[in-house]
Amino acid sequence: MKTFKLGGVHPAENKLSAGSPIREAALPKQAVFSMFQHIGAPAKPVVKKGDEVKVGTLLGEAGGFVSAPIYSAVSGKVNKVDVALDASGTRRMAVYVDVEGDEWEESIDRSTDLVKLSDHPELDAKTIVEKIKNAGIVGMGGATFPCHVKLCPPPGCKAECVIINAVECEPYLTADHRLMLEHAEEILEGVECIMKAVDVKVGYVGIENNKPDAIALMTEKAKDHPNIEIVPLKVKYPQGGEKQLIDAVIGREVPAPPAIPINVGAVVQNVGTAYAIYQAVMKNRPLIDRVITVTGKSVKNPSNLLARLGTPFQQLIDECGGLPEDTGKIIGGGPMMGKALVSLEVPMTKGSSGLLIMNEKEARRSEPDPCIRCAKCVSACPMGLEPYLLAQVSGLHDWETAENNDITSCIECGSCQFTCPSHRPLLDNIRLGKSTVMGIIRSRNAK
Amino acid sequence: MNVILIAVIVLGGIGLVSALVLFVASKKFAVHEDPRIAQVSEVLPQANCGGCGYPGCSGFANACVKAADSGSLGDLNCAPGGKAVMEQVAGILGLQATESAPKVAVVRCNGTCEARPRQVEYNGAKSCRIQQMTGMGETMCGYGCLGGGDCVDACLFGAITINPETGLAEVDESKCTACGACAKACPRSIIEIRPAGPKGRRMVVLCNNKDKGAIANKACKSACIGCGKCVKTCEKFEAITLENNLAWIDPEKCKMCRKCEEACPKGAIKGFNFPPRKPKAEVAEAAPSAAPAVPKAEAVSPEAKQD
Amino acid sequence: MSKLIISLSPHVHGGDSVQKNMYGVCIALAPALLASLWFFGLGAAIVLATSVLACVCFEWAIAKFLLKSNRCTICDGSAVLTGLLLGFNLPSNLPIWIIIIGALVAIGVGKMTFGGLGCNPFNPALVGRVFLLISFPVQMTSWPVPGQLTEIGADAVTGATPLALITAGQLDKLPQTTDLLFGQVGGSLGEVSALALLLGLAFMLWKKIITWHIPVSILGTVAVFTGILYLINPATYACPLTHLLTGGLMLGACYMATDYVTSPMTHKGQLIYGVCIGFLTVVIRLWGAYPEGMSFAILIMNAFTPLINTYCKPKRFGEVVRKEAAK
Repeated sequence: MKTFKLGGVHPAENKLSAGSPIREAALPKQAVFSMFQHIGAPAKPVVKKGDEVKVGTLLGEAGGFVSAPIYSAVSGKVNKVDVALDASGTRRMAVYVDVEGDEWEESIDRSTDLVKLSDHPELDAKTIVEKIKNAGIVGMGGATFPCHVKLCPPPGCKAECVIINAVECEPYLTADHRLMLEHAEEILEGVECIMKAVDVKVGYVGIENNKPDAIALMTEKAKDHPNIEIVPLKVKYPQGGEKQLIDAVIGREVPAPPAIPINVGAVVQNVGTAYAIYQAVMKNRPLIDRVITVTGKSVKNPSNLLARLGTPFQQLIDECGGLPEDTGKIIGGGPMMGKALVSLEVPMTKGSSGLLIMNEKEARRSEPDPCIRCAKCVSACPMGLEPYLLAQVSGLHDWETAENNDITSCIECGSCQFTCPSHRPLLDNIRLGKSTVMGIIRSRNAK
Repeated sequence: MNVILIAVIVLGGIGLVSALVLFVASKKFAVHEDPRIAQVSEVLPQANCGGCGYPGCSGFANACVKAADSGSLGDLNCAPGGKAVMEQVAGILGLQATESAPKVAVVRCNGTCEARPRQVEYNGAKSCRIQQMTGMGETMCGYGCLGGGDCVDACLFGAITINPETGLAEVDESKCTACGACAKACPRSIIEIRPAGPKGRRMVVLCNNKDKGAIANKACKSACIGCGKCVKTCEKFEAITLENNLAWIDPEKCKMCRKCEEACPKGAIKGFNFPPRKPKAEVAEAAPSAAPAVPKAEAVSPEAKQD
Repeated sequence: MSKLIISLSPHVHGGDSVQKNMYGVCIALAPALLASLWFFGLGAAIVLATSVLACVCFEWAIAKFLLKSNRCTICDGSAVLTGLLLGFNLPSNLPIWIIIIGALVAIGVGKMTFGGLGCNPFNPALVGRVFLLISFPVQMTSWPVPGQLTEIGADAVTGATPLALITAGQLDKLPQTTDLLFGQVGGSLGEVSALALLLGLAFMLWKKIITWHIPVSILGTVAVFTGILYLINPATYACPLTHLLTGGLMLGACYMATDYVTSPMTHKGQLIYGVCIGFLTVVIRLWGAYPEGMSFAILIMNAFTPLINTYCKPKRFGEVVRKEAAK
């Protein structure tokens, strides 16, 4: 069984909601659309208070090349354009829409019939990329990198294969798993779209071995797509990391930053992104909703919800049996890389792959002991770094040593801290070091 | 006898040869340094705080000597050493010390645990900069003191502490040298290096919140809500400006009348080291009009200016 | 509902802890402990109990009264482990007061001086043992012959150990290999039964407390090096198997050299460390003044660990490609 070479850990999977089919979440009373739903420049609001909007109406236009437009996922009236607390824990610009009815823009094809790319030869690479760009699609695994940027390789680079990330290596999350079980054909059409957009003939879908039903179904459906290969992978975190996935599937290692996957000829997209691309290209439907896993050991009814963007998390948790009494931590995303939220008022965004409720006992970290230099973090690091050293020099503010030891290669997967027997906050310190060193490098390059 | 002789000769010989080598080396590899650098270094506090902008005290001494060659110390200033040290340095270099007003670090946050309730609990590495990465921190104020103690770690003089009751950083003015290390360490730029003011008296807006009034008000009872009352009060001197919903007092223009302190509905403006306001408070109680207080405040200011 | 907790990711932990690792090693030492009780009886029990108790007491006292720290460090099991390992390195007839001095040096000088767990450059148990070996050479090198279950102290009959025979060149008097394997020979408490120690090693590898790199590289180097010498001249040099099974080699390779704090962090570094220890051990055994070189070899390489850590970096992800690109 294929997997990536260096390091990795295996957290308890806890896929509580794997058996629960995707159901549609109710419309919220008020939806809040953050203008910061992606990495890069924020979107610029193009509506004002009192404007009538429908599902699919443009709310914010892209603020640059590395940016994405934001569409309304509900119909109603714009209440205000103001700051709102978002999943990053800060207050940033957002559009508030009071929901009235459920009117859709005419251009969106809402039928569920499968439209095949092979039936539409008029869609060439340029049109597909343009459609993806206009639909506001971003990486839906959680990184939220604008999708069209990856589909426009920088000059001198040529994509050789498309790799679809259906690994879902984060514990608890099952959104991608359910999506594959319920929309396998649409996903494969989406993969065809991506392959056509970057003009390659080879596509892989990497799926971890703990989803045998999805592997079987996808392999079955992929018979109609001779260019797409389903690759089962050994269960190991962080296989869903872009670089780890490329290593696992095609055995190539992406060099240290500033190199990117396209330098080794790979274009990686999440399986949720592939589905969104299918809808954008074939159905003219911008990114307005996504599947989100609402889960946790104390949650009454762990589910996979198809929810409109902008829905407050409070409503999603209410649909799954309400917030449990013993809640200690609310996490947007998975337990390894997700972000702890300060409030349930926060609206869901394009990158919200999960909402995880932890009880207080699980949530609280143990008191750190001194480092016993056991080297387990070194063995666990998928990037071949020395987390104990990076954390130590970051704590001492020795940025030079940190840079010399490749702190910027860290992918912040958390394997080191997960495995540390002394419960040391390794990644906390490494993040501090990484962001400071990146700042130093930026200012040096600016000179 | 023979053995002793051999031992003496051998050891003596080794000693002689080594001495010769050392002598030659000391002559050949001698580094000529301006003797004034060593002299200046001697009078510096040797705290190596970096407050002057040079790496350590020897770097500063070097810069002083270089500046002296061009005729003036310019704006070179050793914050921890203060006036006394700079006079000594100037004396060594045969110059006149430039006058520089004493400064002090001010923590511009008054969001005590009471005024600014902790909504969530931060459970990670003890550092403001790391806590800042979680977003808002423990309170709903994205601008206030996090209480993680990065400034405490940065201070070489033990002048700053976190008060466990208020959860805020507090500066001990007697120890603060205004080197600026704390201001650099604070991820939210709450600490400002301000002129200490005459007799140590100064007016400061103790808030850093740039949110709109309603949000700031919800997050913290003593937040500056950007209402602009203080700006109106200070129309005469124009010492107070309002930017991004946050008032700021220009220490150069402030006349220490303390009217803004009374005008602020949130108690976000505070005067430091003023004598207690007892007589005024009595007057205010007797007659609600604030009029009698005005001449009094004005009477204070010229006095303060002279000092 | 109480206040929500926030922190940066990751929000879950694997559940490993310092205690689990330390007591894991203690459990791995259980077969050797039983073997030592079987061969040396009451004497072994007294030595081990004294050593463990003294180490724990000294750690507690130093932390409380000298370092004035509020952390309870004795619960993490590292002092127990140091005590156990120190005891394993002593002969069963050693007077109690010498053991207590050894424990004081091990914990006081070897560990707490540097700031306690995680900061010590040298293996504390070995610091204690080497201190005793140099200070009390007679008591430390008169090993009782096994099987005297109730004889304690000076009454026990002592005999030469296999290593002393090797150093003396009396290869014909060496005991049977099976005796070496099971422990029917003279020696320090924990050294005698190679089989029991190997059982413990297997347990530690299974529990992933340690990786194979250090023990295998040490044992491999010793086997290869002595093997070459044996092939050159079997009359002067003992066969590799004898070397592997005698003295503190097995104990050192499996439990002392693998000490987390004092061994290198990367697999490459661990291999270098192991090979050097193996080499030094054989050199000291065959040509040095002491019959046993394991303790010294480990201590010498402990001193090199920071250097190894500085120069042996793990293979970074994408490094191969980077080098190719440079070409």
